[in-house]
Amino acid sequence: MSAAVSTPYTVPVALMDVLQVTVLVLVAVGATAVVLIRAHVRQVLALSVYGVLLAVLFLVFQAPDVTLSELTVGSVALPLVLLLTLAKIRKREE
Amino acid sequence: MQYFPFVVVAWILVIGLYGIVTSRHLVHLIMCLIVVQSSTYVLLLGVGYVTGAVAPYFYDVPVHTPAVDPVVQALALTDVVVEAAVTALLLAFAIQAHKRFGTLDPQELVSLKG
Amino acid sequence: MNPGLRRWVFLAGAAGLVAFYLWGLTGLPGFGDYPGPYGFIINRIAVAQTRATGVVSAVNFDYRGIDTLGEEFILLAAAAGVSVVLRRLRGERERSAVDEAADRDVPSTSSAVRMLALLFAGPVVVVGWWLASHAQTSPSGGFQGGVILATAFILVYLSGEFLVFERFSPVALTEVVEAAGAAGFAAIGVSAVARGLPYLYNFLPLGSTPGAVSSSGTIVLISFFVGLEVAAAFILIVGELLEQTLLIRQRGG
Repeated sequence: MSAAVSTPYTVPVALMDVLQVTVLVLVAVGATAVVLIRAHVRQVLALSVYGVLLAVLFLVFQAPDVTLSELTVGSVALPLVLLLTLAKIRKREE
Repeated sequence: MQYFPFVVVAWILVIGLYGIVTSRHLVHLIMCLIVVQSSTYVLLLGVGYVTGAVAPYFYDVPVHTPAVDPVVQALALTDVVVEAAVTALLLAFAIQAHKRFGTLDPQELVSLKG
Repeated sequence: MNPGLRRWVFLAGAAGLVAFYLWGLTGLPGFGDYPGPYGFIINRIAVAQTRATGVVSAVNFDYRGIDTLGEEFILLAAAAGVSVVLRRLRGERERSAVDEAADRDVPSTSSAVRMLALLFAGPVVVVGWWLASHAQTSPSGGFQGGVILATAFILVYLSGEFLVFERFSPVALTEVVEAAGAAGFAAIGVSAVARGLPYLYNFLPLGSTPGAVSSSGTIVLISFFVGLEVAAAFILIVGELLEQTLLIRQRGG
């Protein structure tokens, strides 16, 4: 049922190291940005970008399943419920 | 590179906690909580990584290829989805708190009495 | 405690926390030097034992099935909690969705957004269904597939209005589907007990080719039920929040 079984292309370890370090630094910067931004909608957008960055990090850590989950949840579902809450609160304050 | 991912985990944890402690709005606080939760995912996956290994899926790869640890991936996977739902529950609480007290400042909410 | 003092106390505490964490870090094997036998053992035997080529899903739904059952019930409880917490309070009235649609004076969504959302709703359902039912072959599984299925309904809301969303996913039906998903998972475990095997033992025929759609016994079935439950839970949560934002009003204004 599976296609011709072949040996996988493995990324050279040095390149993988560089990739991982880069994405880790980006994730750290993204987390700092999410915390330090105080304006609400802007913070939700920063959280969405942070979710995508995390998904890339999980992919580089050889975890495609977790990537899928983080992409759908962190970029779509969580910002959606956050924006709905903000809309409700803003509507009440008017 | 030996310990760099774990140092990044510590950084994300501390910056998230800093956001929670100095937050002036419950929704900002919840977003910092999301950041803190994400640090645990990075830690889990960092612990299970094997240098030079592939993802643990043997659909198109011979069965004895070295692969990373699948158990921590299983833990992180369910973790991500379930904590999104718990965050939604927290946001529901925030909405009701706003209705009840009119403010979402955690430092003011502490001093309100019922 | 004023904010400045609070900040200094936090910094002191965080310094202690980080110091202990880094000290404990030096005892770890280091990134990439995975020592533990468990991961290697599972990778070696999982395909032969369960005929599933997606080892992560095999771990989730077979080797650590009770763990996943517990997590799924956390999801169920969270969705139920959102419904309870966002109930209509005493001083509020709930306008019906029809009334709300009649006297809308908000700017309508742009046609580009509505068309794209409509175009993508169908394929997203197919992708979500495919992911939820292919847990044993490739990176997929009930949890991801379920969230993507829920996204399809959100696209329906984006392409239309709240009335359409309500009609596509009435609350009663969604709750029944969610309960069926959770109960199905638990029932599979119980039916293993009924055969004299341990709870959640993989007792269905395992199939011959690893990674085929009909292989790996209960893993496929459990993944399907989990997908249903996760999708229904997220639809419920988003529906409740939408209803709060759009329909529930203070009495008198």
